[in-house]
Amino acid sequence: MLAIENLKAYFGKNEALHGISLTIHERKVTAIIGPSGCGKSTLVRCLNRMHEETPGARADGRVRLRDQDIYAPGIDPVDVRRRIGMVFQRPNPFPTLSIRDNIAFGVRVNRVAPRGRFDEVVEKCLRRAALWDEVKDNLDASGTSLSGGQQQRLCIARALALEPEVLLMDEPCSALDPIATAKIEELVTELKATVTVALVTHNMQQAARVADMTAFLLMGSLVEFDSTTTIFTSPKNRQTEDYITGKFG
Amino acid sequence: MNVALEASMTPPRAARTALLRRKILDRTMRTLAAAAIGVAVVPLFSVLWEVLRLGLPGLRPGFFSSLPVPVGEPGGGMGNALVGTLILVGLGGAIGVPVGLLAGIYLAEFGRGRLARIVRFTADVLSGVPSIVVGIFAYTVVVMPMNHFSALSGGVALSVLMIPVVSRTTEEMVKLVPTTLREGALALGCPRWRATLQIVLPTALPGVLAGVMLAVARVAGETAPLLFTAFGSRFWFEGLRQPVAGLPLQIFTYAVSPYDEWHAQAWTGALVLVLLVVLLQLVIRLYARWRMH
Repeated sequence: MLAIENLKAYFGKNEALHGISLTIHERKVTAIIGPSGCGKSTLVRCLNRMHEETPGARADGRVRLRDQDIYAPGIDPVDVRRRIGMVFQRPNPFPTLSIRDNIAFGVRVNRVAPRGRFDEVVEKCLRRAALWDEVKDNLDASGTSLSGGQQQRLCIARALALEPEVLLMDEPCSALDPIATAKIEELVTELKATVTVALVTHNMQQAARVADMTAFLLMGSLVEFDSTTTIFTSPKNRQTEDYITGKFG
Repeated sequence: MNVALEASMTPPRAARTALLRRKILDRTMRTLAAAAIGVAVVPLFSVLWEVLRLGLPGLRPGFFSSLPVPVGEPGGGMGNALVGTLILVGLGGAIGVPVGLLAGIYLAEFGRGRLARIVRFTADVLSGVPSIVVGIFAYTVVVMPMNHFSALSGGVALSVLMIPVVSRTTEEMVKLVPTTLREGALALGCPRWRATLQIVLPTALPGVLAGVMLAVARVAGETAPLLFTAFGSRFWFEGLRQPVAGLPLQIFTYAVSPYDEWHAQAWTGALVLVLLVVLLQLVIRLYARWRMH
């Protein structure tokens, strides 16, 4: 689905990712774990070309989305982001827009659906993000009037509105309480029937609960990539074992 | 035991004097700070009080609706000057606000290179330039080629004064918008310009409006740049290419005249000018509050 080959990322002169190769499989949840500063976020931000939005940052290597290299010359990052959605660490609904418009925004910008079908799309996405029942009577309220967990689900709904092929989630639960976290995890498990998910997390239990595949990153390099069961029960690498058993990190 | 406890709770002599000194210092500083507020506020209120006291008697409906009359004739007003000020500030805003806004957005969103540094520096210098210099500039650039004093040249002069204020506040306000919002929009396949216009700018809007308000308030009372651009007029507005009256100009002319009636009218004009600025502030503030909800 997403084949990453020798991906290097830089902040100015500093190389943050030292040539990462891994494949994110279709309709699976791939978790990316590792200690703080190991490059997990940078890696997913390279996958929809958000990395280069940071001043001084650039990336090279190949990332193929269904046989199309998203880093090939002539590829517009805007088109990449239409196909690869992203959910951020902190919920970031647009504060000046209503709940409805938060979702309609992307639909309108990308002309995914005609204006007459907006309400339909809004309802569908909110249902997919398991938020519809909580907000259906309040669609005109501001996106920021919701609780943190609801805001994050709104952001997921907003990303789903573009029917992305891949959904990148950058520590989506790190700002949420355990109950809101459980809801998001449940949602991720449901979503993988239709979308490919790459999930960055520093919570190993979370990776174990929701991911089919797990990649362990350390200091900008990929240490081990295997099925989640293998990583957590019989890791081949010593460093992986030390990390998941809590000896460091 | 009890005695020992009591002894330990009474601070030694040295500590007691230190405490006393600290208390005295605290009192003194507080008194000084209060006095400073008094010094800052007294002139402000006495100005308002004087303007009200001397301006209020002349404030009748006719003041807003009639033209100035020659000395000795009863009645007369500054209707034309009020309209002229609205036109001049409107013109200044129509030119200055879009330019300042775009410059501010550019500086905040894209301004990293050398060009941005130059623009920023220029804006800073420009906001410090005495307004009479701006008047001379408008005189050279607009009045001389047109061979005529005009409302247009006055508007240009005011717009030059507004641009740095608007652009610097816009820049600061846009920079305050969290990067996560910008990234949120970009991640939805939104082109950069659209994310800026539809997500970042609306979020920064209340602050940006405050900047615009500040610029309008500053410019509404400017006299120097209008002296040889808008020039002033005793008649109603006659078109952009003709000289036009302005409240500050009229106040200036009346205040330096030797006639008591004109002095009284100058005070009333000043009062109207103050009220105008207050009213503008109120309207923009209410709008910003309404936008937020």
